[in-house]
Amino acid sequence: MNSNLICFLTIARRETTRIFRIWVQTLLPPVITMTLYFIIFGSFIGSQLRAVNGYDYMAFIAPGLIMMAIITNSYTNTVSSFFSTKFQRNIEELLVSPTPNGVIILGYIAGGMVRGMSVGFLVSLVSLFFVRLPLHNVFYILLFAFLTSFVFSLAGMINGIFAKKFDDISIIPTFVITPLTYLGGVFYSISLLPEFWQAVSKANPIIYMVDGFRYGFLGTSDINVLTGVAMLIFFGITLFSVTLYLLKKGIGIRS
Amino acid sequence: MMNEMRAALSIFDLTKTYSSGLAALKGVTLEVRQGEFFGLLGPNGAGKTTIIGIITSLVNKSGGSVKVFGIDIDQDFAAAKRLIGVVPQEFNFSIFEKVQDIVCQQAGYYGIARAEALVRSEKYLKKLGLWNKRNVAARELSGGMKRRLMIARGLVHEPKLLILDEPTAGVDVELRRGMWDFLAELNRAGRTIILTTHYLEEAEVLCNQIAIIAGGRIIENTNKRELLRKLDKETFILDSKAPIASILPLEDASFTLIDSTTIEATFGKKQSLNRVFEHLNSQDIIVESMRNKANRLEELFMAMVEE
Repeated sequence: MNSNLICFLTIARRETTRIFRIWVQTLLPPVITMTLYFIIFGSFIGSQLRAVNGYDYMAFIAPGLIMMAIITNSYTNTVSSFFSTKFQRNIEELLVSPTPNGVIILGYIAGGMVRGMSVGFLVSLVSLFFVRLPLHNVFYILLFAFLTSFVFSLAGMINGIFAKKFDDISIIPTFVITPLTYLGGVFYSISLLPEFWQAVSKANPIIYMVDGFRYGFLGTSDINVLTGVAMLIFFGITLFSVTLYLLKKGIGIRS
Repeated sequence: MMNEMRAALSIFDLTKTYSSGLAALKGVTLEVRQGEFFGLLGPNGAGKTTIIGIITSLVNKSGGSVKVFGIDIDQDFAAAKRLIGVVPQEFNFSIFEKVQDIVCQQAGYYGIARAEALVRSEKYLKKLGLWNKRNVAARELSGGMKRRLMIARGLVHEPKLLILDEPTAGVDVELRRGMWDFLAELNRAGRTIILTTHYLEEAEVLCNQIAIIAGGRIIENTNKRELLRKLDKETFILDSKAPIASILPLEDASFTLIDSTTIEATFGKKQSLNRVFEHLNSQDIIVESMRNKANRLEELFMAMVEE
């Protein structure tokens, strides 16, 4: 087996083992949170609301909630895992080895994606208790889940590279990702907004991910789905290049 | 070229200035030959860990060159890294992971397949007395066990050059001696070893070549025999059988009474011990026991670093 592949599998295995070893911290909380969203917004409030884009409110928000779980957990996994290896200094195990920087990134990203997709899958299972979601196009569902978790795992890793203390790993999720996700069309269709706010909303990259993912289930979208795919690929390539540059320069990890 | 072939490590004019402005290395030139047990000694902040950091890529150098078995780290760092194993000064493994997982993962980072990694981790964990702790989380190990775990981890890819930064710090005497035997055995088997240590006795017992670094510069680099030859004075602590009031002076020697039965005696290396004892005997001072005040290398080290 190619030695770089062995390096990648070793990091990915370590990251995945970590996720399942501490499942009470990594898998259970998002499932409980999303279940509450389903109960409160879907059942209690949603039953009082009219249909959105031809679907009842529960069916409309379910893909958005699944995507929200994927985004949050992909990001959280890499930022906390990478910062933790910096904090405990076991990042040095990797740095002294001949593992190429690109392989280090892919290994960590694999962990973020496993957690993001696992939580996404579990939340999807929970959603079955509340709504029978149609599957319009499984390819788009998987493509958006894959690309989104890839992009947010990378974003989490960049945060982890710059983080110097534990506070630094929660600033971006709290002040950037959560607001963007809430304003990213999870709970409403942007077509309901005035034109000006629709245009403003389109500057939020998360709206493309939520909308494209929802398209996979419902077959309706506010924005061209291929634009969403293109944006995700662009973000993926850009963030991967930035992460590679940061590791090569040793920012935050070498003196 | 021939010289380079025999060198496990060649460092030329290595400099490092940290972003804080601290010049940790001011042009270090050093060569470690294959098969040597090389001691790098120096006080805290002398630059030992910075040198190791540069060789292992944890620290970016400011200038100079480093070659590992002839491979320039600026040309092919990955190839150079495959030949190096490092045991750092501070614990740097995940305390939540199991002992064998830590060692196997390190093998994986060097491209060793898992099946082989399991075999090698068993070999080194057994050699270092940690096999029965293989399924224990690293946080549950004692300090000495953690040190041994880092040695096992540093050896799992079977490097030709092993670098140990203060490997026996905080380890009890019995365990330290056991580790010395293990390291000496590794060296006899052909592995080049670079050791930094605060225990100068350790360097005296293990190393055949010693360099002393102070203030970011190498101030001495020679073999141990040559270095000890430079020691012109030795200090001993003598315990007298009966209380002593005073001691008469002796040429080329000095005596200080630490308490009524303890004498600190310093005399030149050429001074005969018989003459010292005859001198004390003539004053009815019976020496019951004697020991070195400090280890011989320590005395020389202190003298050199103080210069």
